[in-house]
Amino acid sequence: MKKTILNLLIIGLTVIALTSVRAQETPIDITSTINVLGMTKPIPISLSGFTGEGAEVLKFDLTVQGFSFVTPDAAQYLVSGSDAGSISGSLTDKFARRVLLSRSYNGASLRRQAHAFADDIVEAVTGKKGIGQTKIAFKSQPSGYGPGEIYVADFDGHNAQRITTDNAIVAKPAWVPGRLALYYTSYALDNPDIFYHSLSSGQRRKIAGYSGLNTSAAVSPDGSKIAMVLSKSGSADIWTCSADGTNLKQITTGIEDSSPCWSPDGEWICFATKHNERRRLAKVPAGGGTVQYITTTGAPSPTEPDWSPDGKWIAFTSQMRDFNICVVPADGSLSPAVLVEGQNPSWSPNSRTLAFNRSLGYRQILSVLDVFTKQYKDCVRATGSSSQPAWAK
Amino acid sequence: MKMKQIVLPLALALAAMLATTGCKHAPVKVTPIPGSPAGNVNDVNNQSTLPPGNSMTDNTGGGGVNTAPGGGNTAALDTFEGMIKDPSALAANTIHFAFDSAAIKQSEDANISAVAAALSANPNDKLLIEGNCDERGTEEYNRALGERRSLAAREALGKAGVSPDRIRTISYGKDKPADPGHDDSAWSKNRRDDFVVLHPKTGV
Repeated sequence: MKKTILNLLIIGLTVIALTSVRAQETPIDITSTINVLGMTKPIPISLSGFTGEGAEVLKFDLTVQGFSFVTPDAAQYLVSGSDAGSISGSLTDKFARRVLLSRSYNGASLRRQAHAFADDIVEAVTGKKGIGQTKIAFKSQPSGYGPGEIYVADFDGHNAQRITTDNAIVAKPAWVPGRLALYYTSYALDNPDIFYHSLSSGQRRKIAGYSGLNTSAAVSPDGSKIAMVLSKSGSADIWTCSADGTNLKQITTGIEDSSPCWSPDGEWICFATKHNERRRLAKVPAGGGTVQYITTTGAPSPTEPDWSPDGKWIAFTSQMRDFNICVVPADGSLSPAVLVEGQNPSWSPNSRTLAFNRSLGYRQILSVLDVFTKQYKDCVRATGSSSQPAWAK
Repeated sequence: MKMKQIVLPLALALAAMLATTGCKHAPVKVTPIPGSPAGNVNDVNNQSTLPPGNSMTDNTGGGGVNTAPGGGNTAALDTFEGMIKDPSALAANTIHFAFDSAAIKQSEDANISAVAAALSANPNDKLLIEGNCDERGTEEYNRALGERRSLAAREALGKAGVSPDRIRTISYGKDKPADPGHDDSAWSKNRRDDFVVLHPKTGV
């Protein structure tokens, strides 16, 4: 009898012990494993000990990569540390009760250190590389229309540097992948021409300056070619050429084709066009061939497409009464999600964050959006109107 | 023996609990962020300051445009070089367009005829057609739409007997409004083609 009771006690205690261990091992599953455009719950995170610029950078960077800031009780991850003088901090997984990282940063600037810490947090939580230290190019116009200049800045708008001194209409900067170089349109020579501009040397050369329109340069993923809009044939069409402007080839023959962008495998060019009196998005093989139309039901008058680096999504501007940023699966498997008011989306290297511009009064400001949670943050504002951001990849 | 039977499973259970709930501190790491010369723009080590944008040369030699590719086309830009712009001569003949359309309205036929007449009366003159849009389209779409409006007028003038070689097109998209207002009245004034006569340089 005593032996039986004892055995039962042992078994009972062991079961209790093991059961409570299991409960502690299972965190509350707050985020779904499938990201749904505009409808994914953000990862709740709390921040303590940071004031001023460190807090500002961490909040900006993490919000646009799918986190939201809550009190520690509601958080899944806890960030604590200091931004007095330099950044140091730790990241704790609250449910697993594990410190995932604990680091100090020095060198460069406080903002740069905070961006690096944000990147480390993103990588520790998601396994993906953060975008805190990436750059954008954009155009800025003092009057909101007319002449302007091309700028390069941190992706949050800070540390902007002017690239041109044209005092002319400029447009559509595009990065050469992996390099410090841009293509853009400028009317500096009294015509819309496309220039290649090396940011390391400060030198530029005209790549396309044919009679009529030369605009909307888009660089192929391997940097060897550009797609662009030329009207030298008598209508606005998509053409390609080598990076230096040679080997010109007409790709489309529509009457109003615009805004080419490349698929990340370099096989397709997606662009805006008109078909049967309706404005559509379309794609064509990069070497030319049959145009296929892309369905964007629910997002009328689509324009300015951009293809995500992972190949899965096409972001674009839809023109209803206002402009809206929309994202559609590149394989056409779903209707587009209409996300926020704005124009001119450009994908970041992480294939979930977009740069775009939106209206503030009658001018445009740059903003950064996470397409899965629909959270966005406005970039630091320059004077005048800033638009057409291009995210360096 | 009985004690072992109690202690062992309890000890195992306790060990399991401690293993999963104990705090593990990662060693504090110091991440230095170096500055380094210009390279890959998104290189984490790139702390470069870009060279000032104002020291720039326009190198139109080499792969430049007016020579190699495109030199053989009609109405190549160099045939218009050096001509003098006269925006007032045909200012009264500006034609206007419906929203999002590049179709020349029938009501504009008189203006097209007037422009054609002026050009046939002055065979040494050429023409620049400036296509414009209202602000309600996206920027690159409007740049293409303005160009289509300009090309449409060139086609209409071609039908009226003006050789396309004499006509250059340029689109200003929504960047050169006739009226910077934000209402229907301003927008209707901005959807237009302006005709700028080009006179030959005197004494050439």
